[in-house]
Amino acid sequence: MKTLTVLATGPLTTVQDEGRPGQAALGIGRSGVCDRASAALANRLVGNPPDAAVLEVTFGGLAVRAGSDLLVVTTGARCPGAPHAAPTLLRAGAELRLGAPAGGLRSYLAVRGGIAVPPVLGSRATDVLAGLGPPVVAPGDVLPVGPPTSPPAGVDLAPVADPPAGAVTVAVLPGPRADWFGAAGWSGLVGRPWTVSSDSNRVGVRLDGVPLDRVRAGELPSEGMVRGALQVPPAGTPVLFLADHPVTGGYPVIGYVVDADVDRCAQLRPGQTLRLRGSRA
Amino acid sequence: MRLLPSGSTALLVELDSLDDVLGLYAALAAEPPAGVVDVVPAARTVLLVTDPARTTLAAVADAVRRTTPRPDARADGDSVSLPVHYDGADLAEAADLLSMSIDELVQRHTGAEWTVAFCGFSPGFGYLAQPGAGWEVPRRSTPRTRVPPGSVALAGEFSGIYPRESPGGWQLIGRTDVAVFDLDRDPAALLRPGNRVRFEVA
Repeated sequence: MKTLTVLATGPLTTVQDEGRPGQAALGIGRSGVCDRASAALANRLVGNPPDAAVLEVTFGGLAVRAGSDLLVVTTGARCPGAPHAAPTLLRAGAELRLGAPAGGLRSYLAVRGGIAVPPVLGSRATDVLAGLGPPVVAPGDVLPVGPPTSPPAGVDLAPVADPPAGAVTVAVLPGPRADWFGAAGWSGLVGRPWTVSSDSNRVGVRLDGVPLDRVRAGELPSEGMVRGALQVPPAGTPVLFLADHPVTGGYPVIGYVVDADVDRCAQLRPGQTLRLRGSRA
Repeated sequence: MRLLPSGSTALLVELDSLDDVLGLYAALAAEPPAGVVDVVPAARTVLLVTDPARTTLAAVADAVRRTTPRPDARADGDSVSLPVHYDGADLAEAADLLSMSIDELVQRHTGAEWTVAFCGFSPGFGYLAQPGAGWEVPRRSTPRTRVPPGSVALAGEFSGIYPRESPGGWQLIGRTDVAVFDLDRDPAALLRPGNRVRFEVA
């Protein structure tokens, strides 16, 4: 079997795919790649099916050595040293080293054939909150690469925009508990800028800014939520949930980033400004 | 039944009681509307997660309004027996909080059937309810950083079993040797919403 040997991982590298839909009622979240569009592009460029597993690299730093000739590509945050959005043949024994990206946070390395670690409950995604799926990738790992299933895309370079380094604006819809914060709360959410906290991860992006006040007291029984939820804990600053969000939560969800914009939120770096633009369902 | 927005791909249905949740969940889980990828019951809500490429929220809302809840959902589920060693670190305190003796607590915990109302917190963790039984136990003021796997616990109106070692704020009343979540077993999760559970003294 073809392999890829891991020499270094940077701050966090995990194996990810499209996740585990359909099991949330058992307390098993979906997980999967944080930036779905970038990962899908990477798979397409090397001729993988959409559900092939890739490596999700957080803030660069991954170094790998090919065990045999492998067609590889990186997408998402552009890392110096890697063939960005351009499929490249990595010869047997050759190394690929991803530097730190100048913009964006998460890069995707797809290998033709897919990362073929054993699936857990139907998926190769590592869910860091639930502790499910393959272990976090570590130096010394020898990752199996699967057989190709279809021809490569035949594209030399995919012209995609890099994740922006400055302020990012995304559309937000009212959530199920917007009424817990009243009109003033909504105005605060969509009218003021938020700063991405360093305390962010695959579970969610924590936002710093002017806290939102509740207009009603009481506790909310836990309820289900999905990626994109803006949940407001008692401290009043929202958490924007990403791929490894809990299946249910007990704090009110004031709004939702529209699904098409959530991938871009997965590229936000600590210190970056996020503006939430009010939208209607 | 109230339909609440949950972003561009999901819909939250709010209901009046846990029984209403079980009834609607049982009906939707048996025949999910087209394009719905997850149906997530909770204490007073059912979340429907859609694949936006396959359906619209309006179509799912219509399907939910047309769904007839199963009034017998509680009695319909599979039954599971769980032997428990009632020697939890918080057993005496939980009995105190409920103004009953330890013997009485154990008798009430084992004396009637519980129903898995919903799952969450961690994979395979079921929130077990015994409606009308009057369980109302506050969480510990300081959560434990490490609760041993198999711990049987109480909090609010619920009882639950910790699938693996994790932090937790529930009152620990005992432990079971039965693995409620085991990746080497199919299905990995022993408890699903609607299942009935009877605790026994081990």
